[in-house]
Amino acid sequence: MTPPWTRDEMMTVAAARMLWDGCVCFVGIGLPSAAANLARHTHAPDIVLVYESGTVGTRPDVLPLSIGDGELADTATAVVPLPEIFAYYLQGGRVDVGFLGAAQIDRFGNLNSTVIGDYARPKTRLPGAGGAPEIASSAGQVFVVLKQTPRAFVPRLDFVSSAGFLEGRGARARAGAAGAGPQAVITDLGILRPDPETEELQLVERFEDVTVERVVAATGWPLAVAPHVNVVAPPTGDELRILRDLQARTRAAHARAIRVPY
Amino acid sequence: MALLTLHDAVARYVEDGQTLALEGFTHLIPFAAGHEIIRQGRRDLHLVRMTPDLVYDQMIGAGCARALTFSWGGNPGVGSLHRLRDAVENGWPRPLEIVEHSHAGMAAAYTAGAANLPFGVLRGYIGTDLPRVNPQVKSVTCPYTGETIATVPALRPDVTILHAVQADRRGNVLLRGILGAQKEAAMAARRLVVTVEQVVDALDAPMNAVVLPGWLVTAVACVPGGAYPSYAQGCYARDNAFYLAWDEISRDRDRFRQWIDAHVLGTRDHAAFLRSLGVASTRDAMEVTR
Repeated sequence: MTPPWTRDEMMTVAAARMLWDGCVCFVGIGLPSAAANLARHTHAPDIVLVYESGTVGTRPDVLPLSIGDGELADTATAVVPLPEIFAYYLQGGRVDVGFLGAAQIDRFGNLNSTVIGDYARPKTRLPGAGGAPEIASSAGQVFVVLKQTPRAFVPRLDFVSSAGFLEGRGARARAGAAGAGPQAVITDLGILRPDPETEELQLVERFEDVTVERVVAATGWPLAVAPHVNVVAPPTGDELRILRDLQARTRAAHARAIRVPY
Repeated sequence: MALLTLHDAVARYVEDGQTLALEGFTHLIPFAAGHEIIRQGRRDLHLVRMTPDLVYDQMIGAGCARALTFSWGGNPGVGSLHRLRDAVENGWPRPLEIVEHSHAGMAAAYTAGAANLPFGVLRGYIGTDLPRVNPQVKSVTCPYTGETIATVPALRPDVTILHAVQADRRGNVLLRGILGAQKEAAMAARRLVVTVEQVVDALDAPMNAVVLPGWLVTAVACVPGGAYPSYAQGCYARDNAFYLAWDEISRDRDRFRQWIDAHVLGTRDHAAFLRSLGVASTRDAMEVTR
């Protein structure tokens, strides 16, 4: 039977639940932004959302399309220059959670958002790293959200845009990264977390209608599976309603005609 | 400071082969200036921008650029910049050399340029492949702690172009809202050209507002709506529907050429550009001086 919610919704809800009230979260655009704002509208009203555009403590009523929509500035505690966001807030160690997406991930949570194929002669040129390299290294910890397919969960990245645990077993810390790295990968099938010793990602939770075999089959390397794989609690009525309202408001706002006075 | 038309400011200060930064992070992107550079047919530019955005997608697709220094090259919230991709993947309309950074790296590079330092430092690029493909990214050993710290060479654009809400008649420029690296790019440049929504007698600037003093500004041009389809806080919102529509317009070379021909090359100035897209409203209550 098909559950009355989509995989994207399940993924967004699972990601939102990872955030705690009062945490300082450096938010990327897209699903991370939806999840962080869902958390703010549900269990974490005092979460501090920081967007790399320089908006600190922002409380948008609709989700921004871009990382720098006016809505983010209008509802922020402070709007600071971008160099300050990266130097004082992120590098200064004031961010608890960095929230990242990517095109590819490997078993140690390293991410590629730069290029598919060879860098000089790319098959697909992707937008690039943006804020991710320093978010990945400096945030207290990192949550990654990414749909789980063998094309995205690859044995070897075409390009390392931002560091997870590098080759594992302490390589990340030895490289000088300040933060604890990718402590959770939330996919549309379940949740992966690093093994404390090897730092390799392993499946620790699955969504209700998904088998462990299906998650393994959606992974491009032999996926490690925790001895006990828990089931993620399904979205509550409130979570779904609030998320859907947020997205409906967002769609209406982004379709609104703009008039430019001149 | 000279108060010029945008046409004259570009004609006078933007030359083929220059290193040019049109800054503004999502907000206050100087689209009108980018379009005027396309109209005047500038070539071989080294374009610098943290987020190339649609403005550089258009300039690259129109053949203005030989090189691009950047840190994130997508259509925010939408997907790819198809003209940038076509240039990098297929060399169309001409090959594009790319110099790729992270946001933090580029911010440090502008900050160093503004401060007349040879390089910027950051705890950056750790464990990534970016230094492998961008040999400009190097490192130093901290003389106090022995730590290894990443370095990026200072960015010093020949010309930085910004859009802002207000300038006064002496060319003092008020920046407000999301700033990105506007201030740093302005201070790093040899010349600074600013387009503004309005020229006023006195800036509406509280103490500690971000004001670029007129004696740092090479030229000001009054171009209402000059950031569209980006936005100017308090004047007009970002046209997110246009950003969504650009994905389709820019995907195909012919469709892109037709759009540029109709709306940029086929219009005399920015007011005509806005009218051609049907987004220009008649003069409203805002006090606009032209």
